[in-house]
Amino acid sequence: MELSSEFLAQAHYWMRLARTLDDRAIVMHKQGKIVGGMFSQLGHEAISVGAALALGPDDVIAPMHRDLGAYLVRGITPRRMVAQFFGRVTGVSRGRDANIHGCGDLSLGIVGFVSMLPASLPVTVGMAHGFKLKGEPRVAMTFFGDGSSSEGLTHEAMNWAAVFNVPAVLIVENNQYAYSTPLERQMCIENIADRAANYGFPGVVVDGNDFFAVYQAASEAVARARAGDGPTLIECKTMRMRGHAIHDNMAYVPRDLLDEWTQRDPIARFEQRLRERGLLDDAKLSELLVRIEAEIDDAERFADESPYPDPAIVTEGVYR
Amino acid sequence: MMREMTYLEAIRDALAYEMRRDPRVLLMGEDIGVYGGAFKVTQGLLDEFGSERVIDTPMAELCMVGVASGMAFVDLIPVVEIQFADFISNGFDSIVNFAATNHYRWGAPVPIVVRAPSGGGLRSGPFHSQNPEAWFVHTPGLKVIIPATPADARGLLISAIRDPNPVIYLESKYLYRSLRGSTPDGEDGVTPIGVAAIRRAGDDLSIITYGPMVHEALTAAETLAKEGASLEVLDLRSLKPLDVEAILTTVAKTSKVLIVHEANIMASVGGEIAALIAEHAFEHLDGPIMRVAAPDTPVPYSPPLEDAYRPDATRIAAAARELLAY
Ligand SMILES: Cc1ncc(C[n+]2csc(CCOP(=O)(O)OP(=O)(O)O)c2C)c(N)n1
Ligand SMILES: [Mg+2]
Repeated sequence: MELSSEFLAQAHYWMRLARTLDDRAIVMHKQGKIVGGMFSQLGHEAISVGAALALGPDDVIAPMHRDLGAYLVRGITPRRMVAQFFGRVTGVSRGRDANIHGCGDLSLGIVGFVSMLPASLPVTVGMAHGFKLKGEPRVAMTFFGDGSSSEGLTHEAMNWAAVFNVPAVLIVENNQYAYSTPLERQMCIENIADRAANYGFPGVVVDGNDFFAVYQAASEAVARARAGDGPTLIECKTMRMRGHAIHDNMAYVPRDLLDEWTQRDPIARFEQRLRERGLLDDAKLSELLVRIEAEIDDAERFADESPYPDPAIVTEGVYR
Repeated sequence: MMREMTYLEAIRDALAYEMRRDPRVLLMGEDIGVYGGAFKVTQGLLDEFGSERVIDTPMAELCMVGVASGMAFVDLIPVVEIQFADFISNGFDSIVNFAATNHYRWGAPVPIVVRAPSGGGLRSGPFHSQNPEAWFVHTPGLKVIIPATPADARGLLISAIRDPNPVIYLESKYLYRSLRGSTPDGEDGVTPIGVAAIRRAGDDLSIITYGPMVHEALTAAETLAKEGASLEVLDLRSLKPLDVEAILTTVAKTSKVLIVHEANIMASVGGEIAALIAEHAFEHLDGPIMRVAAPDTPVPYSPPLEDAYRPDATRIAAAARELLAY
């Protein structure tokens, strides 16, 4: 797949934006501006950005807690996201849901997730099923984790996707751990993608730290879905580079494993490719990073200045 | 125009009426298409509407309700049939955590209906007789309705399908074929959600009830009328939202309250109604708030056990006599 330099610049921007926002959010948490839990997506940038970029404007996406990049690509601005983290009324859920949970906006084709994993999986299959019933050439995409793949609902939803041959792209982010639980306590097989065959649709394994591989696999799956050929399961192998959530020092993760995955950092690899193609140098990179830092400064200021929701509205919106 | 039909036929009539009116409405469930449903509620609908609107699904309640939410996001209106209300627990998470909270959390409505044939009296044992309404009444974001008449079976289901919120529609298996009644046609028969109905007016005591127990209460009221007592029977019809005004009005009128439901007593809808009355109508009470409900056990199978478990007109009448004498 030949990708234009404009497209690559965009992808670069989104991955760097996701990473910088992630890093900065940790600082905001330390400053006490973000209270409660917080999830890092460090190491998942190629997956969330690469997959989201494979969708068309009318497609829908249901990201999970490692997919900050996907929300950004689909149009949640850093301002709305930081305000969400701060629990402000200008945040995506207007202070109703915590951290990156509940960041849905149907006008952007985004469905927010609930904690019960993988609850977004059947919802995504349902959206895809709806597109099929209505004869609309649209695709629904979602993400779930290696741990979530052990839930019974995963089986129900994958089977349903197959039975109704729906235009869904199901992405499993295999990041080696589910909270503290390593893969070998989660399953006795090598590849989660192998399970797709048992449902009757293709499963592919890709290097989740290679933007190009993720984007290619996702694009092919989106094309298949749009052509009416049904769902695809894409397993992206990666590593959760920070604790499960901010409170977790992940003492249970062997140091060497992290070192090994640090060598495969998705952004470093992507930038290396850009440099090889003559599309990036040190000056361009620092220019980009300055721009992104400024964008996040602005988002943080916006969130700082945004009011908290009025407690008087606590009961509002339970019903339409 | 009024038509005579069974409670079950009224449900089918509402489904067909809404499907004809609005092409976005579709049905999903296990064995609902070719077979017509475990109770034949959807019989004939596949022929009229085709397999894209009457969808036979795999056995997967948790997925089914999640899929329904997804369809709702893309402008469809799915009506899910849970084969027996007892299996709604298999779909619980998709209902209470996803569908029910969505509008509050990020503003997208989830217009789905979950139909669940509930209740006992049919010798069906612990897993085909349950009344799970209290779980859902406790869940913010849901509406919970339970019709007692064919007219309401039709009228409330139409309202549920038109409601932009997730609605749990509990239908009484006991009344499916045992109850016939005249049922309005067209738009005349649309029953609003959240409005209770007085089924019998009286002055001495109020029975507040819903679902199949409305009929047991009416029988008990008839018996007591012969003994000279005038009982009022209030059919709640909607458990969430509750028609608090209708409840307080009947309490103010009779000063004596007997709450009746088929579900087991502990942490039940009856407890909530009693609390509401105690809080807001204490000065009107002329006796303890009493309850007739099933004991706190699973629903037993054997006929003598189930008869001891399930409230009926005799037990309601006995409790009413006790309260009248207070
Ligand atoms: C049904 C359910 N059970 C338990 C939890 C608590 N929990 C939150 S995240 C998590 C681990 C998820 O692991 P995985 O699916 O691999 O995603 P990851 O966080 O590794 O990206 C657990 C157990 C949950 N969210 N949902
Ligand atoms: Mg994981």
